[in-house]
Amino acid sequence: MHIVIIGNGISGITAARHIRKLSDHKITVISGESDYFFSRTALMYIYMGHMRFADTKPYQDFFWEKNRINLLNNFVEEVKPEQKRLLFADGTDMEFDKLIIAVGSKSNKFGWPGQDLDGVHGLYHLQDLEAMERHSQKLEQAVIVGGGLIGIEMAEMFHSRHIPVTFLVREKSYWNNVLPPEESEMVSREIRENGIDLQLETELKEIWGDREGRVKMVLTSKGEKIKCGFVGLTAGVSPNIDFLQFSGINLEKGVLVNAHLQTNFPDIYAIGDCAQLQTPKKGRRPIEAIWYTGRMMGETVAHHICGNPVEYDPGIWFNSAKFMDIEYMVYGDVPPNMPENYDSLYWEHPDGKKSIRLVWDRQGGHILGFNLMGVRFRHEVCEKWIREKTKVEEVLQDLKLANFDPEFHREHESAVLNAYADKTGTRLHSRKRRNLKQVLNFLRPA
Amino acid sequence: MNAKSTKKTPLQIIGIILFSLALIVFTVSLSLSRYKLDKDALKEQLGDDYKYGFVEPEIDKITNTTYSNSFAFMRAYAERMDVAQEAILQDVTENKGLTTSDGEYWNTILKDDKVNSMKFAVAKASSLGPIKQNSALLFWGSFGLGLLGAFLYILPKLRQSKGIKNNHIYHSSMHSLGWLGIATGIYLTGFYVLLYFFPEHMVSWVLLVDPISEALNGGPASQWFLYGFLYTLCIIVMGIRMIIKYRHNRYQMIRTGSVIFFQTCFAFLLPELMAFLNKPAVDLKNIWPLDYSFFFDYRIDTLLENGTFGLFLLFWGLILIAIAVPVITYFYGKRWYCSWVCGCGGLAETLGDPYRQLSDKRLGAWQIERWLIHLVLVFAVVMTMAVLYTYLPASDALITKDRFLWLAVLLLVGATVWIYFQYRKKNGMPLTAVIVSSAVSLALIAVAVFNGILFDAGNLMFTGSYQLRSWYGFGIGAIFSGVIGVGFYPFMGNRVWCRFGCPLAAYLGLVQRFKSRFRITTNGGQCISCGNCSTYCEMGIDVRAYAQKGQDIVRSSCVGCGICSAVCPRGVLRLENGPDVDERALEQRVIHISESEVKLLA
Repeated sequence: MHIVIIGNGISGITAARHIRKLSDHKITVISGESDYFFSRTALMYIYMGHMRFADTKPYQDFFWEKNRINLLNNFVEEVKPEQKRLLFADGTDMEFDKLIIAVGSKSNKFGWPGQDLDGVHGLYHLQDLEAMERHSQKLEQAVIVGGGLIGIEMAEMFHSRHIPVTFLVREKSYWNNVLPPEESEMVSREIRENGIDLQLETELKEIWGDREGRVKMVLTSKGEKIKCGFVGLTAGVSPNIDFLQFSGINLEKGVLVNAHLQTNFPDIYAIGDCAQLQTPKKGRRPIEAIWYTGRMMGETVAHHICGNPVEYDPGIWFNSAKFMDIEYMVYGDVPPNMPENYDSLYWEHPDGKKSIRLVWDRQGGHILGFNLMGVRFRHEVCEKWIREKTKVEEVLQDLKLANFDPEFHREHESAVLNAYADKTGTRLHSRKRRNLKQVLNFLRPA
Repeated sequence: MNAKSTKKTPLQIIGIILFSLALIVFTVSLSLSRYKLDKDALKEQLGDDYKYGFVEPEIDKITNTTYSNSFAFMRAYAERMDVAQEAILQDVTENKGLTTSDGEYWNTILKDDKVNSMKFAVAKASSLGPIKQNSALLFWGSFGLGLLGAFLYILPKLRQSKGIKNNHIYHSSMHSLGWLGIATGIYLTGFYVLLYFFPEHMVSWVLLVDPISEALNGGPASQWFLYGFLYTLCIIVMGIRMIIKYRHNRYQMIRTGSVIFFQTCFAFLLPELMAFLNKPAVDLKNIWPLDYSFFFDYRIDTLLENGTFGLFLLFWGLILIAIAVPVITYFYGKRWYCSWVCGCGGLAETLGDPYRQLSDKRLGAWQIERWLIHLVLVFAVVMTMAVLYTYLPASDALITKDRFLWLAVLLLVGATVWIYFQYRKKNGMPLTAVIVSSAVSLALIAVAVFNGILFDAGNLMFTGSYQLRSWYGFGIGAIFSGVIGVGFYPFMGNRVWCRFGCPLAAYLGLVQRFKSRFRITTNGGQCISCGNCSTYCEMGIDVRAYAQKGQDIVRSSCVGCGICSAVCPRGVLRLENGPDVDERALEQRVIHISESEVKLLA
């Protein structure tokens, strides 16, 4: 059987690797972006000089041949589902028995005047990075539009090169549609402390270019004109599926898939950023453009193709990011605005760069989620507490089990217990130490 | 404006200028001395009136000449000594009638080794010129100015916000094999070549630190004092830089404090104090087989001559080897030594920190590493056994040659049995380890059984143990650990020696990999495969390969520096001591769909 995967990002590559683990099928991975799989999340580190491009490749080049995964650098122009055939931009074609569409996203453009000028870019593909590098040469001012994770990455990148950045964010405070107010405030503060001109409640209206078609200025919703040589569009991403428009594969925002990640053609699957679940699990969005779900989907689809028809189950939500110097982790359900039946405890370190938030169910008293800034918590421990609906007071007393900060780092659990006492009047005491042996005992299935 | 480097403050720029000036003064000072042979010093070094009788007329021919550089001076010295050697040889064979089979013959002639070993002392005593007269001025102009420049450059880094600041490392010529890096590597390599093989050409530098040596131990400085002094300065200054760079990370701060402490007190000051008190000057934290001469005859003799204190030192060394290494490594991993205590590790973690990203992460490098480091361990063990065998008396003692041989056989067979059981375990040792270890054991058993038939009674190996140990000293001790170990920081990263060559690291690594509680744990599924951990691993471990599978990292080479955990942008890695690594540490846990789940649904 010939399995063809379009896209060599984390989803496609995970699928290829697991198919190889589980079977001897012929595998071809197609990408028009790069010869080899690289970690998209590390693009910023190349620009900042932390790493070379080669360092972002998780597998050495010999890996693919050794594991009989064929790599093809080409651009798919059309998919013919009935003929089970792909047509490439260079006029060649390829047949498949099973097709996995893992083409990822493209940066959103909302029809702004001037959005296609030279010097207007998102940050998603390797080619975007190359464009940023090219435009950085004599850049005196950059404007970034859209307050998400990629926007702050781009701001940090320009900042590392001492290029002044103006960061336009539509919301009242950075990423407040995801982060609760205190955390959002903390990140906004961090952005400003790094000398970045953060303009909140400000949107992009127009981008103006010069005669050569290069960007020279933006106009904001507040009427301000900002001269700039680069505009970063980071107002989210959307599935990169234009080439499927007339293929007959059912599309909406993304490629529509069932719980087995199959499209309306059972031999064609879609995974990762470009897949849109028809019936997402409760509390989850139909499209989740993040690394971890891409990886899970890749694994699921591999099992499905190799004769183990499992359903996609992303498990308990988790994510992480880094905002300048502040690491961020989230486990479970942490809404930006607490609904009526949720309660939450927020502790913030006096330095204003670390915080711990616990969210629990007001009636049941069981834990729902954790939000961490500048503090590391253990994934497996938090997950088990959430899965088993552990009571928040139990969690608090055992909180040290979750501590994943490096050795000798100051432990904040007693401060969190104090905050809980202040909030509820109930004084709790830690009954566990930060210790791997205790953690493993806790995690061991009963 | 776009700048592919982090902005320097004016103070930092002044710092760079001052440091460069100091480096120029230091380098140029090497050429400032002139040389005029000091007869008294030569006589004292020679310590033999018979030989001096032949040497004196020869050197008298050059005592009135002043040489403008050490090369010309040393050439003249060598030529004169050559003639004197010939004359002595002639006298020995013709007048005294001795032949090479007489022991007396070898004691009477003037050997090349002696002529070479006197070079440094003779050159130092014979030097004239500005350095001797202005050593204080030149000391401050090189060391003082260098320190000032370094701190002016380092301290303003405090203005940056706390956190990982690896910006522009791969844009920097110094840190990514550009011309500055290559020049630095050549300079460092050159320094080590002088230090180990031509110290007579670096007497000007040694003169600079004479006053400090006088103050510390009451005697003049040797090239080793200069080396120790520079080494300690580098660890202190670059240690402070390390602490500032990682001041958001207490593990790094405390660990760096520890290497500064052990270098300054244990490696530098304490031996100086011991020397001052006329005791054997020993670095109490140096452990065999890194300290490969620990069992050499002259060292054991020195310890035995020093009564209770000497015996204490001997037992201390033995306890470190046999008890401290396995026990502490079992509880904390090899990091307790390699990145907290060791001098080589100390320099790598401080002076070498800016070069850690240059270690090779490819699989091929790992394969070379595994062969090389374990072969050096085998070499060190065999060499030491041969030396001890030669040293031990044949009879009338608690430990005789024969008893020692059988004890060694017992230990080696024990090690082989242990290795065999490790081989039988899942994810255990490779078969090669069993084969190599069995071969060495069998060879030793053969030697023990046929000893005296196959070999001459004094030596264990075909060649004398002296030959073996001089090969080791030259190849491993000088070239590998010194010239390449440090000189190649800017080419191959800061742990070349620790990774490919250190026999103690190999020993610690075996314990860490197969019987230890230390591992680096991976935080569930949080890895994004970005590669920062692998890039900044100085030991060339592809940390990401484990982290993205959710597998704990249990590798014999890991020195536990903790930088992977520090640079991880998603908080995925943590150094931990838990239950024995056999428990869970080797599982892959990021598998999203477990086998059991698949079966249930299928």
